[in-house]
Formats: sequence, C-alpha cells, structure tokens
Amino acid sequence: MARLEPEKGWQLHPRVGLRPEPFGALAYHFDNRRLNFLRSPELVALVRALPEHRTPRGAFDACGIEPRRWPSFERALHALADSGFLIPTTAENLPALETEHASQEGIVF
Amino acid sequence: MTGLTEELKLGLDAPICLTWELTYACNLACVHCLSSSGRRDSRELSTAEAKALIDQMAAMQVFYVNIGGGEPMLRPDFFELVGYATSKGVGVKFSTNGSRLTPQRAVELAAMDYLDIQISLDGADAATNDAVRGAGSFQTAVAAMDALADAQFGPFKISVVVTRHNIPQLDAFKNLADGYGAELRLTRLRPAGRGADTWTELHPLADQQVTLYHWLLAHPDVLTGDSFFHLNALGDDPLPGLNLCGAGRVVCLVDPIGDVYACPFVLHDEFKAGNVRATGGFEEIWRHCDLFTDLRQPQSAGACASCGQFDACQGGCMAAKFFTGLPLDGPDPECVAGHGETSLASVTPGALPASTSNHSKPVAVSLGPTR
Repeated sequence: MARLEPEKGWQLHPRVGLRPEPFGALAYHFDNRRLNFLRSPELVALVRALPEHRTPRGAFDACGIEPRRWPSFERALHALADSGFLIPTTAENLPALETEHASQEGIVF
Repeated sequence: MTGLTEELKLGLDAPICLTWELTYACNLACVHCLSSSGRRDSRELSTAEAKALIDQMAAMQVFYVNIGGGEPMLRPDFFELVGYATSKGVGVKFSTNGSRLTPQRAVELAAMDYLDIQISLDGADAATNDAVRGAGSFQTAVAAMDALADAQFGPFKISVVVTRHNIPQLDAFKNLADGYGAELRLTRLRPAGRGADTWTELHPLADQQVTLYHWLLAHPDVLTGDSFFHLNALGDDPLPGLNLCGAGRVVCLVDPIGDVYACPFVLHDEFKAGNVRATGGFEEIWRHCDLFTDLRQPQSAGACASCGQFDACQGGCMAAKFFTGLPLDGPDPECVAGHGETSLASVTPGALPASTSNHSKPVAVSLGPTR
C-alpha cells in the first residue's frame, strides 16, 4: 500500500464510499471490502477537501485546522493510506492497486 | 476502540451490515436453519417491491447487503435483483448452498462487480456436513466451489457454522479454503429457527470454546462476522472486530415478506420492528421504530454487572439468551465463566418462546451421530 507522502496530493480511492454518521463518517472500500471509521466531522471535511489541494497540509490550512493539531490528522491520513482508502491524485504516482495485499487495517464482517 | 463501540451502540444512520433473506424456499432442510426455511411464502416481496427496497438502500448508502434465505438462488429473479443492486452501488454478498451454482452461472457471477459469494459448509467432510445439511449437500457445495474456481471468480468465502462436531475440523476447513484461494468464515451457532431444536446437541462444549478462542486468535485472517465476542472473556486478548451486540444498532434483517427484525438470529415477533411495505419503508423503520430506539438505549448489565468480565463479553448474544429462555440482561447460555449453564438449569422446559415464523417443510428432521 502507498505511504502517505506529504509532498503529494491525495484523494479517496474512487471505489471508497463515504457515509456521514453522527460520529463522523463510515467509509467502505468496495475493492478490499473493508470498513473504516472516520471519527470526527473535521476529518471527514478534510478527506473531502484533499483533492482540491496539492498537499495534505494545504487542505489542513483550508479546513482551518491549527498547525498544532496537524500531527494527529496526519496520523489519521497515514492510516487511511495504509489501508488503501487514500491514493495519490497524480496519475503517474498511482500505485498498483494490489487489493489482495491490502493491509489488515479496517474491519471485515 | 472503546469510544467507537460506545458510539456504535447509539445506532447509525444506516446499517453497516444488512441481511436480506430473499425467500423462505429451500431445497435443503438444515437442522440449524435460523429462519426455519423450506417452503416459499406467498407474501414474499415481488420483483418490483424488492427493487424499491434496493432503491432505498442505495439512497441510505447501505454499502452492501448480505443476501440469504432460504436458498436465494431459487428466486427466479435472483440475477435480476443482484444486478440491480450492484448497478445502484449496493454491493452484494450472498450465501448459497451451491445447488444452483452451475458452471454457467459461475461464469456469469465471475463477470459481475461488487459481488461476494459465501458457500455454506458445516463439515470438512461429507459425513460431518451432511449430518447437519442433508445427504449429498457436501458434494453439492464442492461442485459449486469447483465451478467458481474454474470460472476464476476470485476469492469466494466458505461459511461455516461452528458446531460440536466440526470444531475438530478447523484446520481442515482452513486448508480447504486455502486450496481454493478462498476465505474462511466461521460463525456462531444460534438456537434460533430450527436451531432452537438442535442447539442443545450441536453447540460447542466448554472445552471446545477454549479451543475455538485460541484458534481464532492464531488465525486473524479468518472472518467471523464478529459473532464470537462472548469468547473474549477467555483471555486478555480480544478477538478482532466489534465487541458488541449489533442488533438494531449496526445490523438488522429483512425477511422475505418484508418484515424487519433486529438481527438475523431473532426471527420472532418480539424482535419485529415493522414491514418495509409500510409508509416510509425500511428507512423509517431503521431510523425511528420503537424497537430499535429501545435497543440503542444504554442496556443494563443486569445479573452480569457483578462479573468482572462484562466489559470483555458484553453479556453475549441477545438471540441466544432469548431462545434458550434466559433473561436478556443476564449471562449468555454459552457464558465462558459457566454462568449460563447455571441459568439454563433453572429454565422451565415449557417456558421457551414458541416460534412465530416457521416455513419448514413437513418432513422429519434427524440429527446425525452426536458426540
């Protein structure tokens, strides 16, 4: 799976569905069949804003997230990238989507 | 994870895991069938009603639906409905006994997107499986799996209900699944449907529960539908997954005639929330019905409050308690601390809840050899 590189643009995998919930959002990956919980509305807004920005930190700024809180949001994005929920936006950086090797992050029923 | 579990107990805007039984018709008569299936019900949803339900799932962003039965492939519109759901972005995972999964059908299924298949198998050999699922059912399932493999369907799932007789076969199941490049899914036997009649003879014994717990910890890639959380009290390491009863909170069941129940294991009037044919349909039931609202309230630990293990096991399975006549705020009948056995001993035999939904064919059901 792709490591979240801070110098690249990132976005949700096109086969990931995001459903708003009281705690944030539920994300489901239709390729690796895994669920993830985005556990704050701020994180949901951030994930949705990612493709409009060249780097994650650009999205942090645009979403009004204070720099002191960036590390925790970066960790959340790392986890989403590790489990294949986030991918780099630029075509040349697209990783091979080896879904069968998807990490064990997330929950499968 | 605790915080998340607490949030999930309050309910979600749509289920994580929605089970939809398409028909009560079945060509088998498994002795543990949760829905007492056999005969089709004349009130089953029409194709148009089924599609309207799918439309509502899509609008609610239900990510996938678990289709079962009965034997869902017996519905003449089975492929039409599966195709309709996936075209609307509702993924389908369906369970089948494999009897209608011909090589030709396997090729069609392999060409579909957003689709998972679970082949039901309750023994790693014909003798063990057929004692529960009926003569010839092992060979049928193997033929279906061969067809899926030949059609290069990809990693399907082998779905096993864990019983007293197949626990010694856990490694054999895993090897069977690995041989097909399939995933193994183990779920808990519930005393629901015809399972109420056979549970006493089939449910794992106390020493087998310990075996199962350690085997599951050693095989985190084996799926469980999070159904064994009552075993978490056996050790310090919780099994992977959500440690809670999801009934009415994150899961529910729609039966073939459109009745909505709190979970796939409680097809009983006591846990019926409404019918999708009513005004507002499924969405109204999921979001506002009294039953689900109640289930999303903080639940009392009751008699389990004084046990130090309650946080680990959450008191176990509501359905298992209900159908064995135990109070819902007490120990699970398979409580690993042994409290369930004590409670069971005080249940009056005639006091068990009578079945309110039975579509069994009028045939004798007999058990195979018991341990």
